[in-house]
Parts: sequence; C-alpha cells; structure tokens
Amino acid sequence: METLVMPAINFAAIMPETILSIVAMVLLLLNVFVPGEQKAYLGYLSLVGIVLAFFSVVSGWNAPLSLQEGFNGSVLQDNFSLFFKAIFLISSGLAVLISDHYMVKEECNHGELYPLILFATSGMMLMSSGTDMMTIFLGLEVLSVSLYVLAGFKRADTKSNEAGLKYFLLGAFSTGFLLYGMALTYGATGTTKIAGIAAAAAQDSTLAGNPMFVVGMLLMATGFSFKVAAAPFHMWTPDVYEGAPTPMTAFMSAGPKAAGFAAFIRVLMVAMPVLAVDWHNLLWVLAVLTMTVGNIIALTQNNIKRMLAYSSIAHAGYCLVGFAAGNGEGTAGILFYMLSYAFMNIGAFAIIILVGKKGEPNNNVEDYAGFGVKHPVLAMIMALFLFSLAGIPPTAGFIGKFYLFSSALKAGYVWLVVIGVLNSAASCYYYLRVMVFMYMKDPVEEFDWMKLSPPVLLCIAISVVGVVVPGVVPSIILQLAQKAILL
Amino acid sequence: MLEKYLILSAILFSIGTLGVLIRRNAIVMFMCIELMLNAVNLTFIALSKHLGNIDGQVFVFFVMTVAAAEAAVGLALMIAFFKNRESIDVEDINMMKW
Repeated sequence: METLVMPAINFAAIMPETILSIVAMVLLLLNVFVPGEQKAYLGYLSLVGIVLAFFSVVSGWNAPLSLQEGFNGSVLQDNFSLFFKAIFLISSGLAVLISDHYMVKEECNHGELYPLILFATSGMMLMSSGTDMMTIFLGLEVLSVSLYVLAGFKRADTKSNEAGLKYFLLGAFSTGFLLYGMALTYGATGTTKIAGIAAAAAQDSTLAGNPMFVVGMLLMATGFSFKVAAAPFHMWTPDVYEGAPTPMTAFMSAGPKAAGFAAFIRVLMVAMPVLAVDWHNLLWVLAVLTMTVGNIIALTQNNIKRMLAYSSIAHAGYCLVGFAAGNGEGTAGILFYMLSYAFMNIGAFAIIILVGKKGEPNNNVEDYAGFGVKHPVLAMIMALFLFSLAGIPPTAGFIGKFYLFSSALKAGYVWLVVIGVLNSAASCYYYLRVMVFMYMKDPVEEFDWMKLSPPVLLCIAISVVGVVVPGVVPSIILQLAQKAILL
Repeated sequence: MLEKYLILSAILFSIGTLGVLIRRNAIVMFMCIELMLNAVNLTFIALSKHLGNIDGQVFVFFVMTVAAAEAAVGLALMIAFFKNRESIDVEDINMMKW
C-alpha cells in the first residue's frame, strides 16, 4: 500500500483569512438570534474580527519564509500580500462602520451584511497571497460572489436589483475569460503555480513566442482588467456603483479594486517576465484609455455617486501608469496609492451617506448647495477628501500620484506621464464643482434630516487621519511599501 | 488528438461568448456563461491528459463548485429583479444611464 504523504500545511500563512471566516460563520449563526433593531451588535462583533485579523497581519510582517509559505506552495504570505491585506482590512472596517446608519435609514437592516463583507475580505486576502492560479481564482470567486449579493442587497429597490444583476452577469462573463487564460497558460507551461510558470518560461526560450502562452496572458489580463475596472472593460462600474447601497459602493471601490491589482501584479510580474515587452505595451494603452475615459465622462456627471464611480475608473488608470512602469517604485506607488485611495474615497462616501435622505433622492451635485454654511466642519472635511482625490498637496492623494508618475518617468514613459498629468488637471473640474456648490451657492435646504451617527463620524475621523498623515509625513508608509514590493 | 479537443473547446467558448453578447434574456445569458466555463473545463481536462499532470483536473472540480455557487447567487438576483420588474430581459435593466 502506498503511503500518503501529506503536503506541508501551514496555517500561519492563512491566519487572517481563517480568523475572518470563523468570525463570519459565527456571525451567521448569531444573526438568527439577534432581533432586527439590534443588528448593529453584529457590526461591532465583525469589527472585533477585523481588528484581530489586522493584528495577525501586523505580526506576520517580515516573517521567515518557512512561516510565509503554506499549502504546498499555493499560498505565500509575503510582505507584498500583507500590505494589501492591511488595505483590505482597513476598507472593510471603514465600510462596516458606515453600514449600520445607512441600512437602518433604508429599512434594509439585514444581519447577513456583515458576514458577507467578511467573506469578501477573506476572498480578497486569498487573491493577494495566492501563488497558484487555483488559489487566485478561488479567492476571486469568494470575493465576487459575496459582492454580487452586497450590490443587490436592497432587495426591494429596483436600482439595487439592477446593480446586482448587472454585476453578476458581467462579473461571471469576465471570469470566463480569466479562466480560459489560466487554462491556456497551464497548457503552455504544464503547471498552475506562479513560480512554476516563471521557471518553465526561463528554461524554454521558445515559450515567449508560443501563441498559447501569449493568448493565455492576454485573456488573463482581460479578466483582471474587468475586476480593476480598466477601460474598455469598465462598462459595469458606473451602474453598479450607482445602484449598490452606498456603503457597499465605498467598499467596492477601495478593497476589491486593490485585490484585482494584487493578483494582476503578481501574475504579470512574477509569472510572466518573459512577456514583459508585450504586457508593458498593453498596460500603456490600458492606462491611457482608463484615465481618459474615466475623467472625461466624469466631467458630465451630475449624480455624485456616479461621478465618484467614473473617478474611481480614472484612479485605476493612475495605478496602471505605475504598473506599466514595471519597476519597484511603480509597485510601491500602487501600494501607497491604494491605501490612501481607500481612506479618501470611503471618507467621501461616508459624508454622502450622512447627507443622503431615505432612498437617496438628493445625490446630485446641486443638492450640496450651501452645505458649507449649514455644516461647516463636515463640508471642510468633504473638501479635504475631494482635494486629495484631485491630487492637491498636502494630501495623501498628491504624494501617491507623485510617486506613480515619477516611477513611470524613471522607466522612460514620458508621454504616459504627460497624459496622466493632463488628466489629473482635468479631474480638478468635477471635484471642485462640488466645492463650488458647497461654498458659493445659497442653501436651498436646511439639512435638518441629517443624523450624525457616531460610527459614521468615527469612520470620517479615521479617514481624515489616513489622508492627512501620509500626505504630511509620507516616508512612514512609503518605507513600508518599499519593503513590500515583489523581489 | 489534443488539437481536436482544443479546437472544440475554442468553438464552444466562442459560442458562449457570442450568446452572452447577442441574447437578451438574463437566464439564457447565464447559460451561455456556463457554456464558456464548461469549454474551459474541457480545455483543462484535455491538457491534463496530454501533459500527464493532475493539476488541470483538480482545477476543473474547483470551477464546477464555483459555477454552482454562482448559479445559486445569480438565480436569486434574477428572482429579486423579476419580483420588482416582472421581466428578466436585459433590455429592461435600464434604470441607470449616463
């Protein structure tokens, strides 16, 4: 009889995922016994889980390789994935903080929300630390399936239904492309492991010209482009972001986008350096298209959620600039930018949630007329987030953009940077337009329906710190990001 | 022999893709997506046999599991949509436009 050799399993490598999954399952059970008006306690419990997972992420920083690797080389919890995991945990923690207020207001206070956020977060984490195409695929699907439900969470609301259904159809469609790319890559190299693909390509010099390998790379890039909402695969983004419940829009624009970048970077940079020429050109085109399409259409938007959706497409474009540069600075820039983007974007959405009436009929830019007179402090904070999104110093958004563009300059992509800076200038128009309405128009409404709920204010306070501190002293975060780049 | 399987799965994948782009019924679109996933499964199995490597077949099990989970969520979303709009035609998914 053959002896069965158990492969090396190392639970330390998936500790944050394990913590979140266990907490999520406990919450699902507890949800049955918690009455409707007390679902906020489930949110507090999920915050406990997120904080525990965050401690496990911090303690894994710079761990020896034997502790990082697990499950027969399918998972590698290196500094790169740990940095991303911190971003995911911050964005899901902030999303949990703003959820209860919104869901109570919309009379849609179902307890399943919090476990779904946690499951989505554990899926993102698996994507960032997966070193096997199977792990990346499974992480992506755990994330996507949870997000389809979260986007359609307001069951009685037609817009939310549409967002969920649209996201589901296009998400599953893009998964098909991603999987076909993985299958062809597997066929060309004979392995599903990221390191194995790189080794096979290094050994066999004909592989770089193998159409199966090249098409596999292109199809995988298509699938990931859908997930990070890069043009021309961005069509679902504005509709899904507009229709989804606002806290989930904030969550979706920060966490899952970063997760898409994590897997995208690992697959292209680690597994396919032999095709570098091909994917540098591809990313160049994607970056230009994404920045331009996102910014130009955002100029015409009146609904503030939809405007921020197009702006999030543009921000993915800025990150693609750093990715196209392909050097260490570019990756560090993406890490820094995704972290600051999580703070500034979720912060802006938190204020939109406070301002919104039930059903959010007042999400247009004109509805912010005179907000600066009625709520000077909140308006000032909103202005801070918008300045950061536009990339004006001394905010985190400026430093992030600066590092992304300077990495592309170092790699010699001068025109790409020129287009990026022009785009960034154009984006000031639609961010400043909100400020014009807040400060320079007379108030039409009293804003007396606003309830300043403490968790939302806490989220806003954390976001302010997250936008200002890296903007004033960027070196703390940048040094961490530089230790987190691959290779 | 491998080529024939790869060509067959490429044809199936293309039929699925075309179906998603052309058909307007959400359930038929979802069936076309399933066809795409199964074309991928066929690719994986053919390659796994050709390479003498079990990884491809393991991948297929994961894909099938995920497809089942996606079907559960997707059909639930369609029911929620149908309850509000009495249609699952994607032409009726039109509340939001730029």
